[in-house]
Amino acid sequence: MPTDAVAIRVSRFSHFIGAEQTLRNLDLDVFRNEILGIIGPARSGKSTFLCALNRLNDLVRGSRVEGRIEIDGRNIYDPDVDVIELRRKLGTVFATPIPLPRSAFENVAFGPRMAGVRDRVRLDGIVRDSLEKGGLYDEVKDRLDTSALKLSGGQQQRLCLARILALKPEFILLDEPTSGLDPISTMKIEDSLRKLKRDYTIILVTNNTKQAARVADRTAFFLNGELIEIGPTAGIFTAPSDRRTDDYLRGRFG
Amino acid sequence: MNRLERKDRLVRLALLAVAFSAVSILAVITVFMFEQGTPIMFKYGLKNFLAGSDWYPSEKSFGLWPMIVGSIYVTFGAMVIGVPFGLACAIVLTEFSSKPVRRVIKPVIELLAGIPSVVYGFIGVVILVPFIRETFGGPGLSVLAASIILGIMILPTIISISVDSLQALPPAYREGSIALGATKWQTVRMALLPAARSGIIASIILGMGRAIGETMAVIMIAGNAVSVPGSILAPVRTLTSNIALEMGYAAGEHRQALFATGVILFLIIMVLNTMANLTSARRKRDRG
Amino acid sequence: MRFDPRLEQRIVKVLLWAMTVLTVAVLVFIVFFILRKGLPAVSLDFLTKNPVDMGKGGGIFSTVIGTIVLTALAILIATPLGVGTAIYLTEYTWENAVTRVIRFGAECLAGIPSIIFGLFGFILFVTKLGFGWSILSGGLTLAFMILPTIIRTSEEAIRSVPPAYRTVSFSLGGTKWQTVTRVVLPSAVPGIMTGIILSVGRSIGETAAVIFTAGSALRLPTSLFSSSRTMSVHFYILAREGISLSRAYGTAAVLIIAILAVNIATYYLMNKFIRKYS
Repeated sequence: MPTDAVAIRVSRFSHFIGAEQTLRNLDLDVFRNEILGIIGPARSGKSTFLCALNRLNDLVRGSRVEGRIEIDGRNIYDPDVDVIELRRKLGTVFATPIPLPRSAFENVAFGPRMAGVRDRVRLDGIVRDSLEKGGLYDEVKDRLDTSALKLSGGQQQRLCLARILALKPEFILLDEPTSGLDPISTMKIEDSLRKLKRDYTIILVTNNTKQAARVADRTAFFLNGELIEIGPTAGIFTAPSDRRTDDYLRGRFG
Repeated sequence: MNRLERKDRLVRLALLAVAFSAVSILAVITVFMFEQGTPIMFKYGLKNFLAGSDWYPSEKSFGLWPMIVGSIYVTFGAMVIGVPFGLACAIVLTEFSSKPVRRVIKPVIELLAGIPSVVYGFIGVVILVPFIRETFGGPGLSVLAASIILGIMILPTIISISVDSLQALPPAYREGSIALGATKWQTVRMALLPAARSGIIASIILGMGRAIGETMAVIMIAGNAVSVPGSILAPVRTLTSNIALEMGYAAGEHRQALFATGVILFLIIMVLNTMANLTSARRKRDRG
Repeated sequence: MRFDPRLEQRIVKVLLWAMTVLTVAVLVFIVFFILRKGLPAVSLDFLTKNPVDMGKGGGIFSTVIGTIVLTALAILIATPLGVGTAIYLTEYTWENAVTRVIRFGAECLAGIPSIIFGLFGFILFVTKLGFGWSILSGGLTLAFMILPTIIRTSEEAIRSVPPAYRTVSFSLGGTKWQTVTRVVLPSAVPGIMTGIILSVGRSIGETAAVIFTAGSALRLPTSLFSSSRTMSVHFYILAREGISLSRAYGTAAVLIIAILAVNIATYYLMNKFIRKYS
């Protein structure tokens, strides 16, 4: 059940790449154990926002931020923040499934190995646990050692989900995770998210508004790097307060 | 900061040091060459050094002119043979052959590049030199022999870079020309070759660089006489052969004169390579 | 009189094809000529016995060892330097003045003829540093010669690893170095190996840079400071001094076969590399 406890607090947060501003003065809270959906047209800053949370933006040349993002009370942009630990805490699933060119087992074990886990027995347990949580274990339990590239698109994406679960994150960030998948795989992933929100806080960026309507507890609408409005999903979809949100939901643009 | 991140910083520094090795090696080579070679050039005067026709090290006479002319003649001869045949092969490979044929010819030509220069020289000595001697007269060890063998040796360079340039042209060039009713050859002559011009010129300049720098094959077949060749059947010595032939026993100022020859060679090659790079850069810039 | 373009094309096609066939024929002829005259001299004895009487008799064993040791040393020195430089250029910096200077340096090195490397090696290693004519001098000189090739091919191989793989590694909490060693390098290995093998082929046939740095001693080398003769140097001396024509051919045949083998290995590796990514 979504709680009222604030897990992430974003205060007057802006992001720049060189002279170009990609995120403008964002103010929003993410509550623990909720699924927050983020909708908006292309280039509205949705993905940039996710990359600001896990600080993957740091890798982009000329990236600069203003404002604060507090996770569990600490500003993640403080100079003495452990970025490695932060990225383990905020697992990210990307739009195109990106399995590494190795076996399914090795894909899921990749994160824990980098964190220093060497014991094979422990890794076995972690992999099995993560694959079960990701809803993939039954389908791959007999071929853990075959190349992940041989799995179907939907299976690969669930593998990517299992991969981040192996690091025991607090948050799961998903950037248009089902945009290239068939309806059945999409459904499987949405089911997994519903189950996962019990233990994790989930932020789901999607360009499919119906998906947000199905899955998200609250929904935020981004446009041109700004947060236009945010609120319980039902309210956003039936009675949006901003005309731009209404236009987008009705398909008048985007 | 995370322990892993600290290790990352160290690794970055180590790699920076390693990366500079390439530049430092070049810097060291250049500095050494010049340190060893330039004093003697100024001692005897640059004009005497470059334009003097007498190379008698034992009598302190260091005139490189015959060798400079030798290098020029031999390189020019190599281009006369290498460029037409090289371009012909490149055109045939890209425009007039089918995929299976191409898959056979291309590796064969790449093999050409792998044959050691001493083997080329040997073939020259054993087959080409006697042939020239019997058919055209003269000692056989000649400008002609060196030009032919060097021409063959630079073929892979010219072919592979020209092929790359031609293949990089957008198919629209070919399709547009054919659509206007041109034959394949007309397309090549009027559309493709001009468009690939910078790449082809770069390949020729690089081929020239290779020809000028070639040593072992030339020593074996060019005759190595220290005189300006009077005809293509006359023997010749190049700058590179000069160094290689005498370095084994040169001492004192003689040795320094050889280093100076190296400096001249080095400068010529640098100029050629820079020209080649600029022409390729223009090619990339033009295509956007 | 207007030339019929189709007639013109037919003539040109014949001419161009004739030139191509001639070129290919020359190469094939060279290879077959050497092999035909040289293979008869090649036997197990030839490969395993040392030269006798300045090469007039015996085999070429010590030169085979010389070639192997010299090439191995060059590769051992140049590979970490070259791959490290390539990693630094692609993974640790964005394109800027420093990377351009490094790349310019490598490009210049690539164009320098081997005789100048021989001269340089002679000045620096044999004379100034006092290593004398030795495997060490020769190996170092060869290493510098092949360095640009290894840098170039390694850089290409590393660049062709999909950027997405790196993103995945970072998002899972990987450091730069972990990403390089666990994701980038494993995928780039076939391409890097190709560059290394190409350099092996080049080192085997190299003469000018070697003869003035490693010398031409016929004895089996005993240490890094021993002088040693490689097959190509041996071939050159046999041919030039007219010591033994049959053994010269034999050495040349072994050289060509070794280089052919290396080329085929490269081709096979490159195909494997291409297949993996398509």
